[in-house]
Amino acid sequence: MNGKAIALAAAMVLLPSMASASEGIGGSVDPSIYRLMVFVMAIFVGYYVVWSVTPALHTPLMSVTNAISSVIVVGALLAVGLELVAGGTTLARFFGFLALVLASINIFGGFLVTSRMLAMYKKKDKARK
Amino acid sequence: MIANIAALLYLVAGVLFILALRGLSHPETGRKGNLYGMVGMTIAILTSLAVSSPQHFITWLLILGGLGIGAVIGAVIAKKIPMTQMPELVAAFHSLVGLAAVFVAAAALYAPEAFGIGHPGSIATASLVEMGLGLAIGAITFAGSVVAFAKLSGRMSGAPILLPMRHANNLALFLLLAWLIHAFCNSGGESMLFWAITLVALVFGLLIIIPIGGADMPVVVSMLNSYSGWAAAGIGFTLGNIALIITGALVGSSGAILSYIMCKGMNRSFLSVIAGGFGGEAGSAGTVSGEQKPVKIGSAEDAAYVLKNASKVIIVPGYGMAVAQAQHALREMADAMKKAGVEVKYAIHPVAGRMPGHMNVLLAEANVPYDEVFELEDINSEFSQADAVYVIGANDVVNPAAEDDKTSPIYGMPVLQVWKAATVFFNKRSLASGYAGIDNPVFYRDNTVMVLGDAKKMTDEIAKAMTH
Repeated sequence: MNGKAIALAAAMVLLPSMASASEGIGGSVDPSIYRLMVFVMAIFVGYYVVWSVTPALHTPLMSVTNAISSVIVVGALLAVGLELVAGGTTLARFFGFLALVLASINIFGGFLVTSRMLAMYKKKDKARK
Repeated sequence: MIANIAALLYLVAGVLFILALRGLSHPETGRKGNLYGMVGMTIAILTSLAVSSPQHFITWLLILGGLGIGAVIGAVIAKKIPMTQMPELVAAFHSLVGLAAVFVAAAALYAPEAFGIGHPGSIATASLVEMGLGLAIGAITFAGSVVAFAKLSGRMSGAPILLPMRHANNLALFLLLAWLIHAFCNSGGESMLFWAITLVALVFGLLIIIPIGGADMPVVVSMLNSYSGWAAAGIGFTLGNIALIITGALVGSSGAILSYIMCKGMNRSFLSVIAGGFGGEAGSAGTVSGEQKPVKIGSAEDAAYVLKNASKVIIVPGYGMAVAQAQHALREMADAMKKAGVEVKYAIHPVAGRMPGHMNVLLAEANVPYDEVFELEDINSEFSQADAVYVIGANDVVNPAAEDDKTSPIYGMPVLQVWKAATVFFNKRSLASGYAGIDNPVFYRDNTVMVLGDAKKMTDEIAKAMTH
């Protein structure tokens, strides 16, 4: 399973770059097609990686996926960072700020609670005092 | 050039997130994995700050302020939350991801230039498709997670709430949502349609979770986990951000797999769980026979005597243990047994508790070594060699009716075969049936002794009786 996942991860990186190398043949490929390729490959990587997660760690898995999906913070930062004060940008910055706060609660909360949980899993000898 | 470097850095972040999940294949590597995740997140945040490079002092104040507020709230929650409340915490976190997706979509709607997707009122159709889907799934995730949070934290009854005509209503709402998204995509980014999608998706999210009962929450929490991933991926497409797309795909498939595992653990189809209503009327449906069959009732001293003199004991914890916070008392009891030379193992059913892996975390919190804890398929063959089993707060997951009674609502569900052990000590608050309202034949078997009482109190008493 591990080998497959690595092969898929490699394919995920290589496929889009191969596609971009072939640009000359049939005209340029829309960037969103590359993104779709990465997306589909990442679903497969996720599939194999998650099946290899031990059931004992399913709760930390959920809390860490929570934390990493808050990488949506990059969108929030982009919106907050808008310097123009034109028509819609104030609203955009406002929503961006809200998203920033929510996402960072999740980032800090998610990673910290995951490490708190993982620190509790101990082997037999270490648990005995 | 800068854009290329940024894209590569986002890719690095995405790969680090894959490694974070990969680490969870074992408790030892999990800690390192979590570190990879944090590094990935730091790279993503620094990269986006470097790209947008804010000039004004106010902007930096907003950014650092936003991150700071979130950091303080997040850190306090992570430190204070009792492990028994992990299910509702995870549900709450899902709702935040969903809402953040809605807000980022709104920001992109009002300032599309900043996201490179066009101008207000004339946003590219492809971007609107991505934005519309991310928005709708985000809003559904938010509303659904709020309901799941309310049910899991007891702020709302865990019983399924069945509205009349709910399937027809949900279908109508879904079609309306699809039509609104379609209209939105062709509108160039009409803000009225944007908020209409949000509203309908919120109502839809609320209505699909309300009819699902408390015991089906492991599936719901996993499903919402998956949705939060798809929402993030939708926004990732809008932003053209590789880290977000990879993460969304990872989280989406992770949640989907967990939902599948949970459904399999209950032998129910995903659709029947989502259709809801399980565990609502089953109690009155006549599955529990009126006659009282004889049961053996034992005291803490009886249990202590047998458990201490056994050579092998298997402990089966369930949701009741979490409710009573009995995990520490249980560990003390197990320690007393181990001191007397008893081999102690723990058996965990995949759907024990209110979320995947719930029991494992609670036992870990109580310092139970993880190599004493076993999954159903690894330990089920060992019950016949066990001298005694201690069932604490579990019921339906040890019900033999699932194996031999074709009329039982849980027929076909994999169960822990506790009845094969020489003696079963069954701790329960009372003789009532489990969530599904199904009678458990184990209660009436010759080798079963019921030890009735609060899980924590009873376990404490047994542990005390052992040390005397």
